[in-house]
Amino acid sequence: MTIADISRRGLLKGTALLLGTTALSRIALAQDVPAGGRLIVAADSEPKNLNPAIVASNGVFFIASKVIEPLAEASYEGSDGLAPRLATSWEGSADGLSVTFKLRDNATWHDGKPFTSADVAFSALNVWKPLQNLGRLVFANLQAVDTPDDHTAIFRFSKPTPFQLIRNALPAVTSVVPKHIFEGTDIAKNPANNTLVGTGPFKFAEYKPSEYYRLTRNENYWQKGEPKLNEIVYRVLPDRDSAGAALEAEEIHLAAFSAVPLADLDRISKVAGIKVISKGYEALTYQLVIEINHRRKELSDLRVRQAIAHAIDKKFVVDTIFLGYATESTGPIPKNSKEFYTADVANYNFDVEAANELLDQGGYTKGPDGNRFQLKLRPAPYFNETRQFGDYLRQALAAVGIDAVIVNADAAAHQKAVYTDHDFDIAVGPPVFRGDPAISTTILVQSGTPDGVPFSNQGGYVSAELDKIIAQAAVTVDPAARTDLYYKFQQLVVAELPLINVAEWGFITVARDTVLNVSDNPRWAVSNWGDTALQS
Amino acid sequence: MKRALLLLRRRIISSIPVLLIVVIFSFFLLESASGDAVDAYLGSIGGGDAALIRSLRESYGLDQSVLARLWLYLSSLARLDLGWSVAFNRPVRDLIVERLPNTLLLMGSATALSFGLGSALGILAGTKPGSLRDRFLSIGSLIIYAIPSFWLGLVLSILFSVKLRWLPIAGIETIASGKTGLSRVLDVAEHLALPVGALAFIYLALFLRIMRSGMAEACKLDFVLFARAKGLSRSRIVLRHVARNALLPLVTMLGLQSAAMLGGSVVIESVFAIPGFGRLAQEAVNGRDAPLLMGIIVTSAVLVICVNFIVDLVYAALDPRIGASEGRA
Repeated sequence: MTIADISRRGLLKGTALLLGTTALSRIALAQDVPAGGRLIVAADSEPKNLNPAIVASNGVFFIASKVIEPLAEASYEGSDGLAPRLATSWEGSADGLSVTFKLRDNATWHDGKPFTSADVAFSALNVWKPLQNLGRLVFANLQAVDTPDDHTAIFRFSKPTPFQLIRNALPAVTSVVPKHIFEGTDIAKNPANNTLVGTGPFKFAEYKPSEYYRLTRNENYWQKGEPKLNEIVYRVLPDRDSAGAALEAEEIHLAAFSAVPLADLDRISKVAGIKVISKGYEALTYQLVIEINHRRKELSDLRVRQAIAHAIDKKFVVDTIFLGYATESTGPIPKNSKEFYTADVANYNFDVEAANELLDQGGYTKGPDGNRFQLKLRPAPYFNETRQFGDYLRQALAAVGIDAVIVNADAAAHQKAVYTDHDFDIAVGPPVFRGDPAISTTILVQSGTPDGVPFSNQGGYVSAELDKIIAQAAVTVDPAARTDLYYKFQQLVVAELPLINVAEWGFITVARDTVLNVSDNPRWAVSNWGDTALQS
Repeated sequence: MKRALLLLRRRIISSIPVLLIVVIFSFFLLESASGDAVDAYLGSIGGGDAALIRSLRESYGLDQSVLARLWLYLSSLARLDLGWSVAFNRPVRDLIVERLPNTLLLMGSATALSFGLGSALGILAGTKPGSLRDRFLSIGSLIIYAIPSFWLGLVLSILFSVKLRWLPIAGIETIASGKTGLSRVLDVAEHLALPVGALAFIYLALFLRIMRSGMAEACKLDFVLFARAKGLSRSRIVLRHVARNALLPLVTMLGLQSAAMLGGSVVIESVFAIPGFGRLAQEAVNGRDAPLLMGIIVTSAVLVICVNFIVDLVYAALDPRIGASEGRA
């Protein structure tokens, strides 16, 4: 709170008695804030299960990652882009059948019990592998976890599992939960899923539904000198316009995950004391993708898909819909993934003439109304940008004589229509790249996924060659050979266009100047915030 | 008193079929929407595999037929059990008990404010129809009535919270303040000032206009002429004779508006981040949480029935003719 506010409040006291008394009570509160400080953050959702070992999603991590830690976290400087957390080192065997983790020996659970390899073994075998939405895939072949001593865990796989995949999955899928709290209970229903006990820099203190989550400082955190803050309070603010106003009114310090709409960023960046930060989401890249239903005759024709790719002005999309806070895509793996990305793929530049020509060649001639054929277009409702891109796509396709009819729906109806009923011709989706193509990228084009699985190959695309590459990469232990396979994967996807990648984006953090050490790793919003501080 | 109890018993009996119709109709309405709670949930967590999806559907009973689920719901409702919320993973009853007081406080304050101020201004306007005062109040109320509540809420919060910083921007009380007693009451009052103002403003206009026309009409009636002829004081005529009669349609409106206000609170609660009933309904819709939504609908229906019953009692007290006929029937 600034001095100017207080004097303004003092002035008010004299003029209006009622308002004056309320203002006074607010000044008293400001003095109650303890040294170290309370960071107040906007939260726009309240996950029903807060346990990141069960639900690996950004909404859960945002809060839970301060309490429960993974084996390693993403890092700008660390080798392989990782920084140690509960594991201090990790090594895969040459045959891909085991991975050895050395664990921290000075970590304790928030209830005072020591953290040991038994907790890691329990989490891996009883939670990640059977229960977690992403871990079920990554640890599908995990057979056993040996614990020769308290600080060593050896993961044993029944089939060769690339160490590269395990390593890339560490930040998102390896949140360790305490064995002594979950053992022998129905893990999915344990109340501890919402009153977390972890090893992290902050302890879970309080949850008041629809009002706030409160985390307090863990005095016994293994990293000396951390955490800097005394408290983090997540204030539930469901209305997106309120988050920006709350920052301006100094009622919150920080809003992550683009809680402040992109259209407001220009204005709010000019408010004194507020900074707009686009760093810190590199490992959480979202992709703007046109999903294509290959069951539709016209769309099963490669020329039509190429025409659609040519009809889209990616630069316009980035500049106008994302207001510059995005990057044009070249293929199914984003540029942020330095390990796997290749620019050596086919290029479909914005060219309406070429698009029209391709459609003419395919025999899809324009009717008397100027249209060649009609498509049902379903933009995903999750982001403003996916809906806005739907509107753009309709116009871009109209320019080449394809009449797209937009069908909007809420999340539940969209999921069912696209992924279960396949009631769409083209859809706009926002899949997430999670560090390794095997986690949630190859599934977008791989054949054989059952109906109803979200963010999968809902378009029914089948390519034996692509499936072979994906299957091979899943068991290739040598990182160089595996990376090579994913280069081929990208080239093939862009050549065949089972889906069209348009843009990729991270989110925006808006914070008061007083918040220090913001966005210092590529998953900052969902990392532990041990070094985040408040300037007094 | 005995008459009121008689009336209450009759009301309870007659509202059971009403509730049943509401429940069955809304159940099928919800059922007709495409997608379910698991679809909504999967979208929010970024996906899962087929086996996970199957087990989720099983655990929420979503794999059963529509009629089986309706029967299950009705039989648990008969035991006053509102079921389990899918989106919050908690009993529906707990959620409703937790949120309802906040909304009742918000609605109650807004109703009291808009009713009190609206009828007072209506008396001012209605006693001198056509005067400058009347025209000013009537036009002003029309303008206010035309403002959408979310817009008014945003404008008020930008003015009083962001620019002037007199009032808190959102929430029902200062977070984790540990306040108790009077200071907590003041804290809540401070937080409710803007949302109550925004909600009351819209209805104020409505009450003002009804009171005004009621006043203007009642002024012309014979008994007012008679009262004037008797030589009663002007204020006594206005308050005891005219206003009491003009209040009747206002009270009727109050009953009808209670339902509308419940709807209006959805918007206000979301703009001001108040953990209330309206926002719970919004969250239930977003999560396709059928049990929670049903619980909200049932509770709202009961609430509206209760408010209407109270309105009837007030009505009877204001106009003895109505109470007499109810008693005879």
